[in-house]
Amino acid sequence: MSGNEHLQLSISTEPDVVYVRQAVRKLASEIGFSLIDQTKLVTAASELARNALIYGGGGMATIEKKQQGTRTGVCLTIQDQGPGIENIEKALEDGYSTGSGLGLGLGGARRLSNEFEVKSAPGEGTTVSITRWL
Amino acid sequence: MYRIPILRVEEFLLVSIQTDLDDALAVKLQDDLTTAIATHHARGVIIDISGLEIVDSFIGRMLADISTMARIQDCHAIVVGMQPAVAITLVELGLSLSGVQTALHIDQGMRFLRRFLAGRDEEASDERE
Repeated sequence: MSGNEHLQLSISTEPDVVYVRQAVRKLASEIGFSLIDQTKLVTAASELARNALIYGGGGMATIEKKQQGTRTGVCLTIQDQGPGIENIEKALEDGYSTGSGLGLGLGGARRLSNEFEVKSAPGEGTTVSITRWL
Repeated sequence: MYRIPILRVEEFLLVSIQTDLDDALAVKLQDDLTTAIATHHARGVIIDISGLEIVDSFIGRMLADISTMARIQDCHAIVVGMQPAVAITLVELGLSLSGVQTALHIDQGMRFLRRFLAGRDEEASDERE
């Protein structure tokens, strides 16, 4: 995968969450991430992909290599067309869940990334973007 | 559908997860183990996760749920073989896996279970005397 290329994967079944994990792992390892950093990024990817599947009714993952000056990183964007998040601050709190989950997904993914951005509004779906630098 | 094998070793059940675990497979394993504990009257369960490259909140909860369900069935579960990178990530994720007994590897898990169950048997026979 070269500089501007990106990989798109659809998330509509449980095995798709595993494919997203595998694709993120592959890119992170190609770029030279340590095993610990790979594991953190892949775990964050797993949380976000599952959220898109469960709360967003499925979605799309975009995985790309990011170059910023001398820094290299992996950027993952997960987009769904679901009901959106009413209160993002609340959704980021540990232990808060509107479903049956543990409520660690979004906040945990934020802790496991260097950069984290959520865009969401009721009725307009959710887009979460995370970056981890090498 | 693929199932994770559950092996019987003496009075224990041994599960080694050597595949990428999706949520459906994790739930299936939980159900299969609960049934197997009852069927085999297992006194201990060893879950080897050395093949797992990540433990996220869903898999973490599965491990905690298995431990609780085993306890309710008078069986003791122990999770062994967690990779160091997985342990570090779990803490950052915010999962403490409280209530989940762990050991470094299968040998240690076996030794722990034998000691633990022998101790319990002794207590039970003391009470009878």
